[in-house]
Amino acid sequence: MARIGVFVCWCGENIARNVDCGKVSEAASRFPGVVCSVDYKYMCSDPGQAMIRERIIKDRLTGVVVASCSPHMHLKTFRKAAEQEGLNPYLVEMANIREHCSWVHHDKEKATAKAIELVRMAVAKVMYNHPLDPIRVPVTKRALVIGGGVAGIQAALDIADAGYEVVMVEREPSIGGKMAGLSETFPTLDCSQCILTPRMVEVGQHPKIRLHTYSEVQSVEGYVGNFKVNILKRARYVDMKKCTGCGACWNACPSKKTLSEFDFGMGTRTAIYVPFPQAVPARPVIDANACLMLTKGKCGLCEKKCAAKAIMFDDKDQVVTEEVGAIVVATGYRLYGIGKQQDSAKLAGYGEYGYDKYKDVIDSLQFERIVSASGPTNGEIKRPSDGKTPKTVVFIQCVGSRDNAKGMAYCSKICCMYTAKHTMLYKHKVHDGEAHVFYMDIRAGGKNYDEFVRRAIEQDGAKYHRGRVSKITEEDGKLIVRGVDTLANEPVTIEADLVVLASAMRPADGVEELAQKLNVGYDEYGFLSESHPKLRPVETNAAGVFVCGACQAPKDIPEAVAQASAAASKVLGMFSKPELTREPEIAIVNEQTCAACFACVRTCPYNAIERAEIRDRKGNLVKRTARVNPGLCMGCGTCVAICPSKSIELEGFTEQQIYAQIGSLV
Amino acid sequence: MEIGYYPGCALHGSSNDYERSVRACLNALGVNLRELDDWICCGATAAHSLNQKLAVALPARSLGIAERDGYDDLLAPCPMCSMELLKAKMLISGDAALRKEMSEVVELPVEGRTSVLNLIQVFQRIGYDKVKEAAKVSLSGYKPACYYGCLLTRPPEVLRFDDCEQPSSMETLLASLGAAPVEWNYKTECCGAGMTMCNEDTVLNLSHKILSNAARHGANCVVVACPMCHVNLDMKQADVERRYGVQHGMMIYYLSDLVGLALGLDEEALGINRHYVSKR
Repeated sequence: MARIGVFVCWCGENIARNVDCGKVSEAASRFPGVVCSVDYKYMCSDPGQAMIRERIIKDRLTGVVVASCSPHMHLKTFRKAAEQEGLNPYLVEMANIREHCSWVHHDKEKATAKAIELVRMAVAKVMYNHPLDPIRVPVTKRALVIGGGVAGIQAALDIADAGYEVVMVEREPSIGGKMAGLSETFPTLDCSQCILTPRMVEVGQHPKIRLHTYSEVQSVEGYVGNFKVNILKRARYVDMKKCTGCGACWNACPSKKTLSEFDFGMGTRTAIYVPFPQAVPARPVIDANACLMLTKGKCGLCEKKCAAKAIMFDDKDQVVTEEVGAIVVATGYRLYGIGKQQDSAKLAGYGEYGYDKYKDVIDSLQFERIVSASGPTNGEIKRPSDGKTPKTVVFIQCVGSRDNAKGMAYCSKICCMYTAKHTMLYKHKVHDGEAHVFYMDIRAGGKNYDEFVRRAIEQDGAKYHRGRVSKITEEDGKLIVRGVDTLANEPVTIEADLVVLASAMRPADGVEELAQKLNVGYDEYGFLSESHPKLRPVETNAAGVFVCGACQAPKDIPEAVAQASAAASKVLGMFSKPELTREPEIAIVNEQTCAACFACVRTCPYNAIERAEIRDRKGNLVKRTARVNPGLCMGCGTCVAICPSKSIELEGFTEQQIYAQIGSLV
Repeated sequence: MEIGYYPGCALHGSSNDYERSVRACLNALGVNLRELDDWICCGATAAHSLNQKLAVALPARSLGIAERDGYDDLLAPCPMCSMELLKAKMLISGDAALRKEMSEVVELPVEGRTSVLNLIQVFQRIGYDKVKEAAKVSLSGYKPACYYGCLLTRPPEVLRFDDCEQPSSMETLLASLGAAPVEWNYKTECCGAGMTMCNEDTVLNLSHKILSNAARHGANCVVVACPMCHVNLDMKQADVERRYGVQHGMMIYYLSDLVGLALGLDEEALGINRHYVSKR
């Protein structure tokens, strides 16, 4: 015989204001199976919990209903309290009489009546609850970090320094990401490479970090704690073990005309190359599309020059498999290209800025390379068309950002800051130059950020125009920039030598495919979705997969690093326990009645259901059935709804429980 | 081939040279223009600045007539007219309630079925290759600056024609006929349009910039497909020259003028002799 206890919470005044809690408790006491019913001002407080615990013992309760706030808020609190008295925590249910009742209704009488019904349903359900045990999953204490930019580097080092192995996968030949190519960083103007390269070296030399560069994640199998990841290592044509990184090969390479990816096309590189001198690993790769030997079968100069005999023209792509327990995604960003060809029909490019046809209209990352001491101009500011020093530079903010018509609706967040930085760096190098900025608003929230922008304007004399640029045209080698200054309320025409576009930040290429492999959600722009925007900022809805850096949303270096450390701490939290426990409220298949139609396999958003075979002891096939992997199931219930033979139940939300709830109302 | 023709106020009035040119040119290409019976004003700037409902109702009436009389295609050589007609078509076809309301207001069922074309689109409908085949005279020696003005490509969500910032449809056509169109920077800038009535200074200033830029990029003529642009660049050119103390002497052709010349028509047949600026 069920012995249910009902505990009605006032939530201070939050519930009591619009719900007569005494009346609810009194009504509940008469429900079948209820042996005690009380109300109290703060049920989640210590005395409130003590009251529940006391009743569990005294009234020998077999089920508990707490009528209070959302289960999101306090279900865990109350279940823990019950567990302390030996009651299985899954015998505790909540009736949400705050968010679902007192907060949304004002008529106290009707709200009280509704609260009573909500409690009645919870009582009806809890009668059919049965004890559940948390699922225990073993953990491989080894993490995969996807992306070797500053966020990935930070996450990898944090995890590795705590003593766990890390596998890092980077698509480019070197780690370092976008930050390795930046000149100086706001708001301190310290040199980007000087901060980052020591961290890169640490990664390269760390005994706990295994680095796969020039590699991509091909497929991911398994589940939290037990992932199996296939990594495609692209052919490098250079034996990493033999190569000493001496540079004889790239100095000899005659194919010199390929635009450098690292310089965003502002400079060129050879076919065998390291992207930049401080690359980690400091070993070259051969670009198979540019190499004369690999395209035309003649040359081989690098092979002749290589004393270490490290060149392997017959190198092939290979796939390696790594087993890891947790995955950190840090794939970063790219910039919106203003050209006519766009990857999405919603994006239209910027015809008014010439769709890329003017050589001296460049984007911000290209400008970073031009001002960078390690860049193609050795830090001397020269414009791409003729190598002259630009005397007037126009910076345009919000290109593709905050533009519903042909760009992204969001603010890219960092452009106000780096544009201010660009004007400073420019003015520090070209003293008689003029820097103009067109902006919509200046968004400089952050420590020392607004001060930094003011410095650009007040000390370095950057000229800020609040307004948009309507057209850029070219006239006798000058770029004619026509815009408006909405504060002065007049059109502005500037004859510029160089125009720098602060283009919108977009997630890196291929992130959507990666997200699908990992079962991580993403938004309409391709940014990966965190579990909760405030309280679970680095977790994703795929257990064991974490996000950090600009793959989640536009962010600057300090934020990316902070988020990376947060992701690392979540991974370390997982690794700190001998095994993982997961909520047992997952789907289970009744293998006797399963008709093996596998509709559930196709519908499961987490790929948690597999096709299984039942065999007798001689190994003969008895039947096929669907089977839920308890490590992967997130308990969403989609399979329950789709199963035509009603062979799947969701623990904690069985059909019996749901029907009992509905039945109690009619 | 027969298509409907909506002249609008300009082509029956101040810009009847444009009508003459369009009719002669299309006639030579075997296109017969059938003028819409009892068409009314498109509303132009006046209506859409003052009354949104009127701005839809005026073109809706003409669209209703076109539907009643069975026109699939309707040429509106004036970009203002074609824009207003297209906008009304877009609004009416996408909104059942408005469709019903407008049908009552204009006393004609109107669904927004007719496709409204500008002059360039008519040539595209005929086919640039067909036009080229019909051409008898090469346009070599003509270095036109193709001028689209504000309304031929804008607003892009209504027009859905060419590239609104970097259009090239006139250049493609004229180049195929032997002309050498120039790359220049004022293709889609404003000529001042109706300001010519109330604020002449603005128009003279803008027209001067357009003419100067065309010349600077090596053009020996400007090609338009808009009566208003023609007024401001051709009729006002003498005023521009007086005002800025320069000699532009720039021939301003309608697109149909140059195509007509390529087809072997003479200047008089095309009405070119009635332009203000003449060849020196």
